[in-house]
Amino acid sequence: MTVFGFRIPAAFSLLIWCVIWEIIGRLEAVFIFPPLSGVLVALVKILGQNNFHNAAIISLQAFSWGMLYAVVVGVAMGFLMGRVEAANKLLGMWVNIFASAPLSSLVPVLMLLFGFGQTTIIVTVFLFAVWIITLDTYAGIRHVNPSLIEMARVFGAGRVQLYTKVLFWAALPEILAGVRMGLIRAVKGVVIGQLLISVVALGQMFARYSRSFLLEEFWALTLILFVFALGLSSAIGWVEQKVEYYAGTRN
Amino acid sequence: MSETANPSEPAPSPAFVLPGTVFWRIASVCLLFGAWEIAGQIPISIAFPTFFETMMALFQMIVDGRIFEAYGDTLKPLLIGVGISGVFGVIFGITMGLSRGFQWMGEPIFIVMQAAPMAALIPLVTFVYGIGLAAKVCSVIILAAPIIVLNAYKAVRNASPSLIQMCASFQGNRLQQIVKVIVPDASPMIFAGLRLGVAAGFIGVILAELLITPTGVGDLITYHRSVAEYADMYAAVFSIMLFAAVTVGLLERAEIAFFRPERKKRKDNE
Amino acid sequence: MNIQAANDTAATRAIVEVEGIGKIYPGGTVALEGVDLEFPTGQMTTLLGPSGCGKTTLLKIIAGLLEPTAGEVRINGKPVFGPGPERAFVFQDFALLPWATVLRNVAFGLELQGRDKSERETIAQASIEKVGLAGFENAYPHELSGGMRQRVGLARALCVDADVLLMDEPFSAVDEQTRRLFQEELLRLLEKEKKTVIFVTHSIEEAVYVSDRIVLLSPRPGRVNRIVSMDLDRAGLSADEIRREKLFLDTVEDIWQTLKQYLTDERMNE
Repeated sequence: MTVFGFRIPAAFSLLIWCVIWEIIGRLEAVFIFPPLSGVLVALVKILGQNNFHNAAIISLQAFSWGMLYAVVVGVAMGFLMGRVEAANKLLGMWVNIFASAPLSSLVPVLMLLFGFGQTTIIVTVFLFAVWIITLDTYAGIRHVNPSLIEMARVFGAGRVQLYTKVLFWAALPEILAGVRMGLIRAVKGVVIGQLLISVVALGQMFARYSRSFLLEEFWALTLILFVFALGLSSAIGWVEQKVEYYAGTRN
Repeated sequence: MSETANPSEPAPSPAFVLPGTVFWRIASVCLLFGAWEIAGQIPISIAFPTFFETMMALFQMIVDGRIFEAYGDTLKPLLIGVGISGVFGVIFGITMGLSRGFQWMGEPIFIVMQAAPMAALIPLVTFVYGIGLAAKVCSVIILAAPIIVLNAYKAVRNASPSLIQMCASFQGNRLQQIVKVIVPDASPMIFAGLRLGVAAGFIGVILAELLITPTGVGDLITYHRSVAEYADMYAAVFSIMLFAAVTVGLLERAEIAFFRPERKKRKDNE
Repeated sequence: MNIQAANDTAATRAIVEVEGIGKIYPGGTVALEGVDLEFPTGQMTTLLGPSGCGKTTLLKIIAGLLEPTAGEVRINGKPVFGPGPERAFVFQDFALLPWATVLRNVAFGLELQGRDKSERETIAQASIEKVGLAGFENAYPHELSGGMRQRVGLARALCVDADVLLMDEPFSAVDEQTRRLFQEELLRLLEKEKKTVIFVTHSIEEAVYVSDRIVLLSPRPGRVNRIVSMDLDRAGLSADEIRREKLFLDTVEDIWQTLKQYLTDERMNE
C-alpha cells in the first residue's frame, strides 16, 4: 500500500486496528472491548505481578517439556514412516487422522487420567504438536531427491552417515516448518488445557478475571499469550530463513 | 521390514510382497485398538476402560438414541457457524485477494487470528451472547473464519497468471476474468479452506460445550464424567474423533472428486 | 605362453565384466535380459539406446545401486554386490548437497571414507582445478550454473581415485552449446587421468564423439543389439574437424539406421 509515494508494509495495518479498538472502547460501544489503552495498562500491571510470574513459569515448563517430547518423537516417527514402508502403512492413517482431529475433546479424558496438574498440560501439548511434526518430517524425507541418496551410497555411506550427513539436512526445511506449526498448535493446546482445567496457573487467572468481569485484565492476559505465540512462530521463521538458501535448489 | 532406498522407484521386494491397502488399514486399526484394549486391562486407573467396554457403551448410546440427540444439538451451532463463516469468509477472502486495500487491512490481522490461540476468547463470548445458541455459533465463527478467509485470499492471489493473461488476450474484461478464470482456478484451495474451517469450527463448538454450558456431545462427556461412568464418557469422546475423521475424509474425497482430477488419477495409481 | 603375451593379456583384460544380467521390476517390467558384456580397461565404452532400453538400469547395476534379478557383475575378476571404492558415479541431475560449499561437495566421497579434513581438502582442491572451477571453492550449488554444477559432480568422482568412472547422461541437463564443450573437455581430461569409463547417453553424436566402443541396446526387453568399435583416429584433428570426418558421419548414420528400426517396429506394433 502506498501513501504519498511511500510504501507502507502491511503490518502497519495492525496499528490502524489498534486505533479502531481504542475508539470502540472509548465509545463503550461493545461491552467486551474495553479501550486498548486500559488493556495495555493492565498488561503492564500483570507482567509485574508475582502470581503471573508463577503461573507463567508453570505454563512455560509444561509447554517446553511437551514440545521437546513432541519434536523428538515426531521427527523420529517421521523418519521411520519415511524410510520404512511398513511403518508408513501402519501408522500413516492414524497420524493423518489425529493431525486434523478435535484433540480438545481428549482433554477431559487426559484430566481424568493424569489429574489436574502439570502432567496433563505436558501430555496435551505433546498431543497437539506431535502429529504435524511427524507429517512434515515424513514429507521432507519422502521428497529427498533420490539421486542424493544414491550418491551417498555410491560413495560408500553407511546407514548412520546417510541419516546424519544427508537425510536430516535435506529434510530440515520441512522439519522446521513442521516444528513451527507444532509450536502454534502447542500454544493452543496449553491455552485450551488450562482453560478446561481452570484451577491451575494461567487457567486460574483467566477464570478469575472472567468471573469478576475484569475485562481489561482478561484481554491483557490474552494479548500476552497471543504475542508469545507469534513471537515463537517468528523465531522459528527466522531459523527457517537460515536454511532457505538451499530449500529451493534441492531438486 | 525393508528400507526404501529410492522412494521414486518401485520398492525392492524382500522375501515376501507387501500386501494391499485394505490389509494395512485393518492392521493399522487392530494395532491401535488392540493396544487400547491391552492398556485398559492393566489396572493403572479405574478411569481407563478397555476398548471393548467403550464400544459396548457406544453401542448402547446408539441404540437408545442418546447419541443422535446429542449430535443434533451439537451440529446446529456448527452448521450455522460454518455456514456464516463460509459465505462471508470466502467473499471477504476473495475481496482481499482482488483489492490491495483490503489485503493491506486484512492480511496481518487474519494471520494473527490464525496463529493465536483464539480459544482463549470463548469465555468472553458469553458476556455478549449469554449461554445459548448464539454463543456457540460465535465460538464456531471465531475459530473457523480466519482459516477460511486466509485460504480464499491465498487461492485468489495465486490464481494462475498465465490463465489471466490468456483471458486478457482474448479481450476479457475484469469481471469476466474474476468470474470465469480467477474464482474457478481458486476453487480447489477455497474448498480446502472450507474443509479446514469445518474441522476448526468443530473444535469451537466442543470447547463451547465444555466451557460455557453443556449441551450436545460436550454434555455427554461432562455428565458421564461427573457420575463416574467412564466407559460412556470415553465412548462420547471416541464418537467425536470418529465423526471428525469421517467428515474430514468425506470432504477430502469430495474435494478430489470435484476439484482435483489430476490428484485423483495419482491416487488411483498408488 | 611367453611372458610378453601374458602381460598383454593382463593389460587388455576387461576390468568390468557383466554376465547374464537380468532385471525384472516388481509389476513385471523386464528392464534387462541376458546381458553379457566386457568393458576393457582404460577405454571409454558407451551404452547407447532409446528410452526403455535399460541403459541407466545396467549402469546402476554395475555401480551396485540396483540389484540384478539374475546374473553377476565382476570387477577385476571378483564378483561384487553393492557399491565399492573402485567405482565412482556421476549423476544426471548432479546430486550435490545443496547446503554445502563446492569444496565440501567435492570432498564428500573422502569425507564418507573418514579421511582427515586437511587431507581431503587438499585432494579436493586439486580436483577442482582439474575441472576448471578454481576460485569457486566457497560457492553454493544454487549460485552455480548447470554446467558448473556438473563439473562439481565430476570433480567429486575424480577425488576418490576410482578405477572405473560411471557417467549417467552427465551432459543431458546442460544446454547444447555447453554440452559440446563438455564433451571436448572430458576427452582432454581422460587423456590425463587414464580411467575406465562407462558412459550412458541417448545422443548418437555424443556417443560417437567421445567413445572407444559403443554398445547398442534394444528396448523391451533390454538386450545387447550390437557393439560398434570406434576406429576413429582423433590424433591431430581439432574438435570441430573430428565432427566433420567421414568416418564420424558414417558411423552416426549407421547407428541411427539401427536404432530407427526399434522406433518404427514399435510404431507398427501400435
